[in-house]
Amino acid sequence: MEIINTKIGRRSFLKTSGAIGGGLLVGFNWLLSCKDLISKKPLDSIPKEWFKINGYIRIDQNGMVTILSPNPEIGQNVMTSMPMIVAEELDTRWENVTVKQGKLDGDSFKNPQFAGGSLSIKKGWDPLRIAGAAGRYMLIKAASKELDIPYENLITDKGIIFDKSKKIKIDYGKVASKAVHIKVPEDLKLKSPEKYTIIGTSQRNVEGPKIVKGESLFGIDFQAENMLISMIEHPPAFGMRIESFNKDEIIDMPGVIDAFVIDTSTPNPSWAEVNAFKEIIAIVGNKTWDVMQAKKKLKVNWVKIDNLEDSEDHRLRLEKDLLYGTTTEKRLDGDPDIVLKNATKTLERTYSCPFIAHNTLEPMNFFANVQENSVELIGPIQTPKTLESSVSSLLGIPAENIEVKMTRIGGGFGRRLYVHFGLEAAMISKKIGAPVKLLYKREDDLTQGIYRPAYKSVYKAAFNKKNELTAFSVKGVGLPSGPVFPNRFPAGSIDHYLAENKSSSTNISTGAWRAPKSNFTAGAEQSFIDEIAEICEKDPIDFRLELLKKSIQSPSGKKFDYDPKRFIKVLELVREKSSWNSGNKYKGVASYFCHSTYVAEVIEMVMVQNQPKIKNVWCAVDCGIVINKDSAKNMIEGSIIDGIGHALYSELNFKDGRVINNNFDKYNLIRFNQAPSKINVFFVENNLSPTGLGEPGLPPAIGALANSLYRITGKRFYSQPFFSKENLFSS
Amino acid sequence: MEFFEINVNNKIHQVEADPSTPLLWIIRENLSLVGTKYGCGISQCGACTVHLNGEAIRSCVYPVSAVGKQKITTIEGLSKDGEYSYVQEAWINEDVSQCGYCQAGQIMSATALLEKSSDPPDDEIDIAMSGNICRCGTYTRIKKAIKSASSNKKSNGNY
Ligand code: FES
Ligand code: FES
Repeated sequence: MEIINTKIGRRSFLKTSGAIGGGLLVGFNWLLSCKDLISKKPLDSIPKEWFKINGYIRIDQNGMVTILSPNPEIGQNVMTSMPMIVAEELDTRWENVTVKQGKLDGDSFKNPQFAGGSLSIKKGWDPLRIAGAAGRYMLIKAASKELDIPYENLITDKGIIFDKSKKIKIDYGKVASKAVHIKVPEDLKLKSPEKYTIIGTSQRNVEGPKIVKGESLFGIDFQAENMLISMIEHPPAFGMRIESFNKDEIIDMPGVIDAFVIDTSTPNPSWAEVNAFKEIIAIVGNKTWDVMQAKKKLKVNWVKIDNLEDSEDHRLRLEKDLLYGTTTEKRLDGDPDIVLKNATKTLERTYSCPFIAHNTLEPMNFFANVQENSVELIGPIQTPKTLESSVSSLLGIPAENIEVKMTRIGGGFGRRLYVHFGLEAAMISKKIGAPVKLLYKREDDLTQGIYRPAYKSVYKAAFNKKNELTAFSVKGVGLPSGPVFPNRFPAGSIDHYLAENKSSSTNISTGAWRAPKSNFTAGAEQSFIDEIAEICEKDPIDFRLELLKKSIQSPSGKKFDYDPKRFIKVLELVREKSSWNSGNKYKGVASYFCHSTYVAEVIEMVMVQNQPKIKNVWCAVDCGIVINKDSAKNMIEGSIIDGIGHALYSELNFKDGRVINNNFDKYNLIRFNQAPSKINVFFVENNLSPTGLGEPGLPPAIGALANSLYRITGKRFYSQPFFSKENLFSS
Repeated sequence: MEFFEINVNNKIHQVEADPSTPLLWIIRENLSLVGTKYGCGISQCGACTVHLNGEAIRSCVYPVSAVGKQKITTIEGLSKDGEYSYVQEAWINEDVSQCGYCQAGQIMSATALLEKSSDPPDDEIDIAMSGNICRCGTYTRIKKAIKSASSNKKSNGNY
């Protein structure tokens, strides 16, 4: 059993919820949602009153529980897994739980309301457990009074409080109204993992039934009374800005209400306000199609204010700055330069990847209703808190007067960490003086991205006469910064080691794309290690294990930032599950550690009509305690397909500052027939605190893909996308 | 602006719209059926898939003026009286969705396929489903769901 302190930073569970005297009356729609048709959940009667136990938990008199899910739901399924953690410590039946999306509310929620960096579960683990345990404590305390039995003599079992002899019992629902005022102590007992009955099981996506029925869930679906529709037009190229446009003609178009230029610059922009185009044209009308038609009729004078970059410029710049760029980060162990110079044999390989876009299937959109001194913002955002403060600074309206509600989000991948579309919606609503939903056309979305930067890295290895690896070096550069993690594997496992990042520059807007930097580096490094193993005449998995053992037994240099023992476990697990040493020989392996999670993957290829095709993928994951097993598998399956898809097919190309491939006819995304036939996911079982899963499955997929392609084609792949006709980055 | 009478989910609706308006926006904005999604607007992603007389079409490029008397079914029309269709049920059981944004379109494409061919071989599934992008990469689960829907259908009937 774990004792946990209920104070989390400055946020404390100690104060009671300040609950509403009797209970909390809630709207009719919410009540209806308690009825889940597919599982035919028990529902004795529709609750009349909900008692607010704390920010996360409401209980009604029949013991029905509503759990508010605090974080944005971008498809990582936190709307199911976060409430599962609360329900576990509350000790209720999952069947009695209804989940509702919480809004941005720092008073109610003690965990950061943020979806990014695979952090929701990692950062939510303690606060969510405390919320559940605090609720359970309050209910037992209330029962203790009611039954006149000492607190210590009461136990709970799935929503029922018993005395130790199990003769006397009382339902959570019966004491909920009396629990609301009970104070939570400074220290609380948490369950030990062996006692879990909800965590570690597989529970279906709580919104799965609504999704398949096409219910209104997403930002794009949101409707409000008197709501207007808006679209934007941004400069057609990076390095351009607007001068003037044919406003009068646009306003005369049918269904158009107004058109104007907005500026979303703020005095001290946060990192989340990255956006190349602060000044854009907004067209407002009644219906989307009308506004789209008006957009086509725009005639704009754009002026050049900066370089208009081409993909070819990018390639040359990366090449130059890989040699001469400013070093921004570096780790040096031993003397790799000398060892490389005196080596019997050396290996040098250069890897590269292009810019790519996030392409969330739901394009950027947001609803805003700006009034005199208050704002309502509703839509898909990974960083609601940051949006709130940016809108506050843009409009000069205090944050307390801004309400942010999160809708279900049609994909994130990092794109919705950035808040510009929320600012734009707010500015448009302010100008037009009405509630507005802003929607990007796919072309607007693809050409105004915060892209994954293009990267280039050069890897070198030295070998002695016995073909043993003696030195390793990597230098990487990106537009604008390098992709290398100097203290990650293989740091610590090679005595002469250099890892260095260099910077470059671009006026294309870039940012976090699922597993930032790792999404390139894992593929490059793991392909290079595969080539090294070949020269050393070692089995690729054995070779990786040897390096990891070296970092346990005689680590070189300063500290490194991975746990070699956990790394070894996933490699051994994937070796076993993939039957690595038998059957089809066209298998490639990769392993990677990022976002606190260890992953090893094996991809198996077959030839189908002279084309390599992925037949099977095996994946071993150590993310500590797994919350929702089948859904965790889903996340890993998706990230593997995502990694494979982008490495094989996707690239964003520029000509005169313009994105050339501005919709899915020109921008390739992996499709159904190109996906692996089977993905098998396995978890290392342990009781370590859970880490994130949204990202870490993706990076090693690219390495395993490149290595398996080598096994079946005899060709090494160095530049992404691997399958591309006009690959400007190919070597 | 013109008046149109269209049959959506077995109900006749009167709408006033520019004849060039894609069916997608009529469904979403005039009829407030928002299950049908916008993804690309150029028939490349399948998010807007609906049925026209049982055939899967991309409503983002299908003008309202071309509908005439033909029957439109949207995702909202698949479930009858709160019951799920066999395809929707398979989707729930396989827990296919991640973000879920593409899934209405996926289900419409899969339903059109299974209504024509109750036990489709893999290459037929590939052809029917490759026009629907899932950016979250749920393809392997979609395939599983199609297979289980197909075997459920054989034992149960239709939608
Ligand atoms: S929106 Fe119709 S196919 Fe993409
Ligand atoms: S589930 Fe997100 S696009 Fe398919």
